[in-house]
Amino acid sequence: MKLKRGIPLIDQHDQHGFWGGKFGGSFIPETLKKPVEDLTNEFKKLRKDKKFLKKRDFYFKNYIGTPTSFIKLDNLTNYLGGAQIWAKVVSEANGGAHKIYGATVHCLIAKSLGKKYIVGDTGAGYAGKMLSMAAKKFGLKCKIFMGAKDIKRQRPNVIAMKKNGAEIVPVYSGSQTLVDAVSECMRYWVSNCDNTHMCVGSTVGPNIFVKICGWSTAQISKELKVQLKSKFKKIPNKIKLINCVGGGSSAYGFWSEFIDYDKKQIELIGVEAGGPKKSKLHAAPLSKNAKIGILHGAASYLCQNNEGQINDTESISAGLDYPGVSPIHCFLKDTKRARYTYATDEEALDAHVMVTKYENLNPSLEPSHAFAEAIKIAPKLSKDTIIIVNSCGDAKKDRDILKERLG
Amino acid sequence: MASLLKQAFQNAKSENRPALLTYTVAGDNNKKKSLEILKSISNYADICELGFPHNTPIADGGQIQTSAYRAIKNGIKINDIFSIVKNFKKSKKTKPIILMGYYNMIFQYNENKFITKCKESKVDGLIVVDLPYPENKIFASKCKKNKINYIQLVSPTTSKLRLKKIIKDSHDMIYYISMLSTTGGKLKVSPKKILKEYTKIKNQNKSKNVVIGFGITEKTIKSLKKADGLVVGSAICKEITNSIKKRQNAVINVSNLVKRLKNKIK
Repeated sequence: MKLKRGIPLIDQHDQHGFWGGKFGGSFIPETLKKPVEDLTNEFKKLRKDKKFLKKRDFYFKNYIGTPTSFIKLDNLTNYLGGAQIWAKVVSEANGGAHKIYGATVHCLIAKSLGKKYIVGDTGAGYAGKMLSMAAKKFGLKCKIFMGAKDIKRQRPNVIAMKKNGAEIVPVYSGSQTLVDAVSECMRYWVSNCDNTHMCVGSTVGPNIFVKICGWSTAQISKELKVQLKSKFKKIPNKIKLINCVGGGSSAYGFWSEFIDYDKKQIELIGVEAGGPKKSKLHAAPLSKNAKIGILHGAASYLCQNNEGQINDTESISAGLDYPGVSPIHCFLKDTKRARYTYATDEEALDAHVMVTKYENLNPSLEPSHAFAEAIKIAPKLSKDTIIIVNSCGDAKKDRDILKERLG
Repeated sequence: MASLLKQAFQNAKSENRPALLTYTVAGDNNKKKSLEILKSISNYADICELGFPHNTPIADGGQIQTSAYRAIKNGIKINDIFSIVKNFKKSKKTKPIILMGYYNMIFQYNENKFITKCKESKVDGLIVVDLPYPENKIFASKCKKNKINYIQLVSPTTSKLRLKKIIKDSHDMIYYISMLSTTGGKLKVSPKKILKEYTKIKNQNKSKNVVIGFGITEKTIKSLKKADGLVVGSAICKEITNSIKKRQNAVINVSNLVKRLKNKIK
């Protein structure tokens, strides 16, 4: 299994949609074959269409508000000693998280396909919030599927979705979290694919959804590359790009421009949700060596039992609380280009407390997992090492959980 | 010799009616009961589909989900499913059994081992919801080599060209999904329109047995009786759920339902 250079990772799959011959694919019911094929053809056409790209860039700049800033966290760096800690503050994007990239692109595609309705899943509520925002902006009717447990724990985002006029469909099956929301959303699409477009909130799902999402979030690393060159005059020699990984959309977006670099120069570190310290449950299929399985139309490392039933997951962070992971991250793991680890709920909370204490930054529980790893390794590293954390979400949505856990 | 599936269709045809296919979830509501239900309904059903339950089904509606969760909760394992089939076949040697489910369970069990087990327990056919054509080509031909029918699905969204290819690669039976829906949805397309699509498939190759499924209940079954076969699943699962709720005998209630269904298409 080998990575190719000069080709975006999202395009490095074979004709059946598999990365590295075994991750990804399109395990879908017959009914979805046609809409998936239509979407695949449309995306292939649009990504080469200059008018479409111009439109995308226009909305990225004027609606999402890119580029988001790239800042040095001086206080945190001084406190920890060792490596310099920087942050790419993606949470500045309109709506407060990277999910707005995928949501905007999916709405533009839905318009181009002539669909009037758009549906999506959400865990932390950011994917749903952004899709509802973008749908409103582009005049599409929107339905969001969300686990009943997540509706309770991410209330601020639920309120935002309702304000945007989206219908929220609570999902009561299974563990009532993201995994069930995605299943229900796919089931809805099976029944309504003639007039409805589906947006998958992360780089998961059937091959084409991985590609569209990755293509959208790649904007993050395009910006970062420019910002690095302008701050340091060239790409520095020792960089560590740390990102949380649930489905893996922000991590892919944060890394995509840097995958071709030697890992000695730019190390890619993905941090999964390790769950509560005392619990056996987690949402870390990559770093806890789960077996390959098929979930929601794609093969990936997957939290499952020997029979192929999907395991319950547990994480304080609703956005990372997912048993599967993007096939492209499985590919990056097996080719050893990226390193994956996990942070526990407690470590993420501690990191959130530390970052907010020292910096004027309010990372949500998802990127707090990435900060936990940064805080762990920074003191051991040289002063010329540049750690960059993707602060991909804002903690406003975590208000209730933080209050409960921290008082 | 013709497969048991083919024979079942021929029998029905000789009686001038469609074959009745039932779907129940293995292990619903437990291992013993589901075998009893299967044995009892097979007195009226021509072909029995047995679902291997998965906890994240992407194409099943509420009724089948409920049955599947119930079966999993009561501890059903894949090996139990094979033993149900084996036991069933001891007394019902000529009644065809089709296993139906999602690919991850086969993948985890191992494809080859799964096929061997199917053969040992005398499974007649397989439906894998999320392994469509052409991705299923290799697996389907492995099944065929072992005299197991791999049943291809066709839906209203299947293009003409694709339909041709699927039929060419199909075995004795093809499953037409009546409408854009998960299982157990309300029939939102008129029977006339469904039969029109059905005829298009049938016209491609008359020797293939085409069954219609999704949205078929006591109310709708009669209107589709022109088909080679009709599948009823969610309505049966619902009957099991209701029987449990009312503390009634599920075996009797479900058998009566299947008997009524059969009478409607005679």
